[in-house]
Amino acid sequence: MSSVISLTDISRVFVMGDQQFAALKGISFDVTQGEFVAIMGASGSGKSTCMNVLGCLDIPTSGRYLLDGVVVGGMSTNQLADIRNRKLGFVFQGFNLLARTPAVENVELPLIYSGVPPKERRSRALAALEMVGLSGKEKNHPSQLSGGQQQRVAIARALVNSPAVILADEPTGNLDSSTSEEIMTLFTTLNRQGITIIMVTHEPDVAAYAGRRITFKDGLIVSDTH
Amino acid sequence: MDFIQTLKIALRALRTNKMRSFLTMLGIIIGIAAVIAMMAVGAGARHVISQQIASIGSNIILVLPGSTTSGGLRTGSGGAQTLTSDDGKAIMAECPSVDMAAPTVRSSGLIVYGNMNWSTVIMGTTPEMFAIREWGVDNGRSIEQQDVDSAAKVCLLGQTVAENLFGSADPIGKIIRIKKVPFTVIGLLDRKGQSPQGQDQDDAVFVPLRTAQRNLVRAHKPNLVGAIMVKAKSEELLGKAEEEVNALLKQRHRITNGKEPDYSTRNLSEILAVAEQSSKAMSLLLGVVASISLIVGGIGIMNIMLVSVTERTREIGIRMAIGARRNDILLQFLTEAVLLTMIGGITGILLGAVGATVVSNLLSWPTLISVESISIAFFFSAVIGIFFGFYPARKAASLNPIDALRYE
Repeated sequence: MSSVISLTDISRVFVMGDQQFAALKGISFDVTQGEFVAIMGASGSGKSTCMNVLGCLDIPTSGRYLLDGVVVGGMSTNQLADIRNRKLGFVFQGFNLLARTPAVENVELPLIYSGVPPKERRSRALAALEMVGLSGKEKNHPSQLSGGQQQRVAIARALVNSPAVILADEPTGNLDSSTSEEIMTLFTTLNRQGITIIMVTHEPDVAAYAGRRITFKDGLIVSDTH
Repeated sequence: MDFIQTLKIALRALRTNKMRSFLTMLGIIIGIAAVIAMMAVGAGARHVISQQIASIGSNIILVLPGSTTSGGLRTGSGGAQTLTSDDGKAIMAECPSVDMAAPTVRSSGLIVYGNMNWSTVIMGTTPEMFAIREWGVDNGRSIEQQDVDSAAKVCLLGQTVAENLFGSADPIGKIIRIKKVPFTVIGLLDRKGQSPQGQDQDDAVFVPLRTAQRNLVRAHKPNLVGAIMVKAKSEELLGKAEEEVNALLKQRHRITNGKEPDYSTRNLSEILAVAEQSSKAMSLLLGVVASISLIVGGIGIMNIMLVSVTERTREIGIRMAIGARRNDILLQFLTEAVLLTMIGGITGILLGAVGATVVSNLLSWPTLISVESISIAFFFSAVIGIFFGFYPARKAASLNPIDALRYE
C-alpha cells in the first residue's frame, strides 16, 4: 500500500522572546492508505503540534512532509487552504459546528469553499449525513442535536469532500462513555470502508480502537506499534 | 466561493443580531436621510429661483433714469426724468446684441369697477414687455402695437387685481376707471407669482404706453418714460448688450467722457446669480453636516464589525481549517459591512424622501428629489461600507487558524 502521509525528521521550534522551545524534535513516520492511527501522549508531549503540522495549520521549522504525494512546505496560505479543503477532513473535540446553521449546511461548508455547485453540494452533504447515520436530522441546528449527533455532523463534514485523511483531535473528549463508544464504532466502520484516520487521544480505551498507536513524549516518538 | 453564497452568509450573520444590526445602521440611515432631505430642499430652492428668473424674463437689463441735483440735493436714481420712448426705439434699432426693448411708465392709483375699488400699480408699456417677461394672457388678448399707436383706452389686468375687482366674474369687455379715466378690459394676464423681492407681480394693471403718458402720468414732456426694459439676444451677449446700450445712450444724451451719465443700467440676472449662489452655499453647509454624520455612522459600523470579528473568532477558525482562503474571510466580512451600509442607505433614502415631502407640505417649501441625489447617496453608503469595513475584515482574514480555533 502507498503512503498517504510521510513525515521525515520533522521539528517545530517556537521562539518566545529570546527563549526557544522545541515542541517536536525531529520525528519521522509514514501512514499508509487505510490505516487507523492513534497518536497518544501526555499534554505537552508534542502530539497537538504534530496534529497541527499534519493538518497544514502549522508549518514545521525543518523536515519534509509529504501528503498524498504533495510536498507541503513553502506553500502559500492559499495553497495550504486548498490542501486542507481537498485532502483533509477535521474532527475536533468541541465539534466546532457553526451555530444557528442547519446540519446539512454545516456539512456543505467545505464544498462551498471548493466551488461545488449548489445542487451537487446538497446531494453530497445528504449522502455524507446518511453515512454517519443522521438521515432525517439534516434541518436541525446544532443546538437541537445531542453531543454525539453533533460529532456525527462534524464527521460528515470531514467526509464530504472525500479527503485523503481524516484528522480527529480528541473526538470523544466532550462525550460520555457510551456516546464515545458509538463514535469510535463509527470511525471503525469508516476505516473498514478504506478511509485513513489519524486520531489524537490520551485515553487508552479510545486508542484501543485504532490499529496502530504512536506515543509521543517530550517532542519525540517513544513507541510505535507499527 | 460564489457571490450568492457570500451574500447568504452575510445576511444570516446580520439576522442573528437584528437589534445590533439595526442600531449600527441607524447612523447611516440618519446620515443618508439628511443628505437626501438636504439635497431635495436645496434643489427645491434652486428651482424656485430659476422660476423667478423666468418670471422676470431671462437676460434682462434695466435702464433707469439717473439722479438729478436740485438745490444741492441729489434725488437718487430715477429722480431725473431723462429717458424717452425714443431712447427705447433707438436701443431696439441700433444695438445689435439687443433682442427687444420695452419702455415703461409706472404710476399707482385707484381703479374702480362698480362699487368695488382697489389701489394698485399702473404700468404703461409696449407689447415687447410681455415678450421680454414671457408673460402670456390667460383670457382675452394682450396689448398690441396698434393700441400703443392710437393711445387706446384699453387695459390688461393682473390676476390679483381681477380677483379684487371682479371676484370670479369674467372681466373681459368690462369698463373700469383708472384714476377716473374709463378703460376697457381686453385681457387677463397669466398668474406670475412673487418676484425675487417678494412683491406680488400679479397686483398690477397694464395699459398702452402712450395712453399712460397722455392720461395717467403727469410729466413736463409727453414722451418721458420711467424705465426701459432691454432683453439681450442671449446670456453670452448680456454684457455686450449692456455696453452697446451705454454707448448709445451716452451719445444720445451727449454725455462726454468724465461726466456722470443721467441714467443707469442694471443687470437683473446678476442679482439672481447672487441669490442662487447663497442657496448653493447653504446646500454645501448642510452637505458638510450630513457628511460628518455619515462618517460618524461609518465609525459605528467599523466598531461593531470589530466586535463581531472578535466574537466570531472561532467561526473564522473553523472556516479556515475547512479550507476558506484568507480572501474568502475578507470578502465575507466586507460583504457584511457593505450590506449593513447599503440597507441603511436604502432606508435612509426612503426616510429622507418622506422627510422632504413632510417639509414641503408643512412649510410649503418646494422640494425636489433627484435621481442624481439618490444615486449619490447609494454610492456613498456602499463606499462607507467598503472603507470602514475593510479594516475589521482584514483583521478577520489575518487571524491564525490555530489560535482562532482555540479561542474561547
